[in-house]
Amino acid sequence: MNALAVEIPWGVLLAIKAVVILAVVPLGALVLGYTFLLKMMSHMQSRLGPMDPGGFHGWFQLIGDGIKFLQKEDIVPDEADRRVFALAPTVVVISTFLIFVVIPAGPRLQVANLDVGVFYALAVSSLSVIGVLMAGWASANKFALIGALRAAAQLIAYELPLLLAVVGVVIQAGTMSLQGIVSAQQDGAIFGWSGIGNPFILTQFVGFLLFLIAAQAELTQTPFDMPVAESELVAGYMVEYTGFRFLFFFIGEFGTATAFAALAATLFLGGWSIPGVHGTAADLLGPLVLVVKLMAVAFLMFWVRFTYPRLREDQLQALAWKVLIPIALVNVIITAIIKVAI
Amino acid sequence: MSTTEQPTTPGFEVDPAAFRHLADAQVNVELDTGDMILNMGPQHPATHGTLRLVVRLDGERVIAADPVIGYMHRGYEKLTEFRTYPQVTTLINRIDWLSSFANEVPFVHAAEQLMEIEAPPRAQYIRTALTELSRIATFLLFLGEMGLQVGALTPAFYGFRDREHVLNLIEAATGGRFHPNFNRIGGLKDDLPWGWISETRNVMKIVLDACDVFEDLVVGNEIFQARTRSIGIIPGELGASYGVSGSNLRASGVDWDLRRDGAPYLAYPDLDFQVFTHPDGDSFSRYWVRLQETRESARMVLQLLDGMPAGPIMAKVPRIIKVPEGEAWVETENPLGQMGYYVVSKGATGPFRVKIRSASFSNVSILPWMLRGVYVPDVVTILASLYFILGDIDR
Amino acid sequence: MADSATLTSRITDALGDAVVDQGEARGTLVIRVRPDAWRSSAEILRRTLGFDYLSFIAGIDWMPAPVVGLVEGDTSTPAQPSDMTFGVAGSAGRFQVFAHVQSTAQHAGVTVRTDVEEADPRVESWVSVYPGADWHERECWEMYGFVFEGHPSLRHLYLPSEFEGHPLRKDFPLLAREVKPWPGLTDVEPMPGGDDEAGEEGTA
Repeated sequence: MNALAVEIPWGVLLAIKAVVILAVVPLGALVLGYTFLLKMMSHMQSRLGPMDPGGFHGWFQLIGDGIKFLQKEDIVPDEADRRVFALAPTVVVISTFLIFVVIPAGPRLQVANLDVGVFYALAVSSLSVIGVLMAGWASANKFALIGALRAAAQLIAYELPLLLAVVGVVIQAGTMSLQGIVSAQQDGAIFGWSGIGNPFILTQFVGFLLFLIAAQAELTQTPFDMPVAESELVAGYMVEYTGFRFLFFFIGEFGTATAFAALAATLFLGGWSIPGVHGTAADLLGPLVLVVKLMAVAFLMFWVRFTYPRLREDQLQALAWKVLIPIALVNVIITAIIKVAI
Repeated sequence: MSTTEQPTTPGFEVDPAAFRHLADAQVNVELDTGDMILNMGPQHPATHGTLRLVVRLDGERVIAADPVIGYMHRGYEKLTEFRTYPQVTTLINRIDWLSSFANEVPFVHAAEQLMEIEAPPRAQYIRTALTELSRIATFLLFLGEMGLQVGALTPAFYGFRDREHVLNLIEAATGGRFHPNFNRIGGLKDDLPWGWISETRNVMKIVLDACDVFEDLVVGNEIFQARTRSIGIIPGELGASYGVSGSNLRASGVDWDLRRDGAPYLAYPDLDFQVFTHPDGDSFSRYWVRLQETRESARMVLQLLDGMPAGPIMAKVPRIIKVPEGEAWVETENPLGQMGYYVVSKGATGPFRVKIRSASFSNVSILPWMLRGVYVPDVVTILASLYFILGDIDR
Repeated sequence: MADSATLTSRITDALGDAVVDQGEARGTLVIRVRPDAWRSSAEILRRTLGFDYLSFIAGIDWMPAPVVGLVEGDTSTPAQPSDMTFGVAGSAGRFQVFAHVQSTAQHAGVTVRTDVEEADPRVESWVSVYPGADWHERECWEMYGFVFEGHPSLRHLYLPSEFEGHPLRKDFPLLAREVKPWPGLTDVEPMPGGDDEAGEEGTA
């Protein structure tokens, strides 16, 4: 702790934090996209995926795709609302960046240690709905409009199970701050044994499942990808976007996947913490541990994505309102009772 | 036709009966929003080719649908009037291009009937085997891509992967994966290559295993069932009056298979096989029936290989084929449904008139009736479950 | 499969005096009915005899095919006889419409045929009997020009809406054969770099 106690000017610190966030989103998108979308999906479908770009198993594929997108023609449809059309991808991506502000990667490695960290993260993640609606409406394309309206209904509906799943964790941890939640897991004990701390996935197993399902819906991934239903709407609300703007959507999609995986890892698996490791070692190992945990969660999310067919819009809504929310409420009630009683 | 023109033909009228469920769906009755005309196609991933569906939507419900076909119309019936009989065989290969061997069979059979010659037994057996292999090939693609249309990415790849084995077999025997052009009037072009029979036995095992995989992955999946059960129900009698045929009609409970019930053709009278029907008539039953038929086709191929007679593969046929005057109608159970050729001959080297009765034409004609009141995603499921090929619709 | 003799007699008995002629084609029985009994025959076939499956409705033009080909001695197009003969059930004139229906329960089928006037081609529509006749009749109209009375909306099915003419009529030319002779007639294309230079290729 003392060896690294260097006084960094406030401005420099802000700059470093900004750079870190700006870098981590595309990087996360890249790594998740490559590992899961290109390689894991291919192997599950008994094919190899990209093998040539970059030499070793095509690791350069996505970066090459990014460069390709940058140099593509920027086509704005004739009847589209130009300003809204241009602004929409930015809004979607901004919400991704904002989530990473509160995700801790170590005891001191957090951009902003908000007391209402969880509340802030969930609030900010729902900004992307506005971006999606803007994209669908401004595209002047009926397919995009259908996709955007489906997205709006779906994303709003699934906010609730997401929230309620997290409420259980908050009740158990006693704090909304993400650092606090991680500490509660790290220093907690299961029936007196503190060998692995108290990862909330054990007690909040229902909450974990609900969070995963709701996150899958928030990311508009199969089985909840009605807004982007590939075989019906081709790309749904993104259909008129080309080049750099589409790249924004792509980064937004996978960046948000990284963010949600990181949130799930933080809330349920203990985040950056390994029980018993504190101080400088935690600062150094923290990011790695977090990455390992979030890759595990992302593995589950993407595995479901490539296996299941998609639910129809009304079935999707029925699932959210009639099944997930009641279960989530029951979970919250039980957690609260146990927390107060024990 | 422009994409935004409003069809004003009487056939596009809104059916009042379809409004019954719309009234339930509207939350706020005062919000009388207008309908939206959506153009699905001709370039669309769900329409299997250049089919254009002009649908009138209210929100996500279809009020009326009008299929517009003809983007792939090649004028086959006119072309056949200018071709000799062997040349016609090359043309009709391309009607249903996923199971192209099966297209040639009824026409060649009709010509042979008019000429009063019969292909030797070995040729009949090989023809039957290749027809069933085409059926397996096209059904494996169906089993995969219906999963894809419903949203599951993975079954499509499995379908294509296992189909490759069957296409390799067809290529080994005929020289072409997709358009074998292997039938001749009186028999076949060539005999089977050495080792083909044992290789086919191996491939049939792979096919049977693949069917089990599809049963697990797709049929057993709850989301797939939620997406396909009770979607797109075709009542048996209505389907028959529209001319819906093949697995689509059998999935509505009508027990009719031309291989068993029609005029005997090829080697089917020698085979022992089961015909599958399903009482529900929805998209799920159409998938299920085709899955079972794939398994049954694999077993039929194994039977054929076991009983393959020796002998010539071509009957005595003159060099220049002149078919005597007369009319012939031959209808067969093709993978897509019932395909028939009505051949009118006037004694020349080419036909006078060929009426091609293609299965998908009739299967798709029921869409305006079937798509009223369904959701947009269900349109995709229904299109996928009917399994039509554009070349078959448009000829 | 029903015995064809009993089937024939059942059908002709049921159709009664609508039957003008009948014939035997390979694989099906062909019955020619009076033009004004076209729809009533359909109703009898469906309701009384139980032929519930509509296979197709199509037209036929018995006029002999015109001679095509610009090159003398072009034998690539099959030469059809130049006199107008009619099929197994006869015909009153050039145009006929024929349909095939089957029974899903009895596994039997029959082809019915009727004459269509050349000057004013009108046929009764089958849509009220078999809903599937809708598309078949639309195709028949656009290919031959038969107007189906009682059809809800007779519009183009395959061809663009501005298309003029009725392609399957024998006097509608197959332009590809008129513009240039069939390629199979000409010489084999010489190898590149051979004796023949550009300008001396065949008429392919």
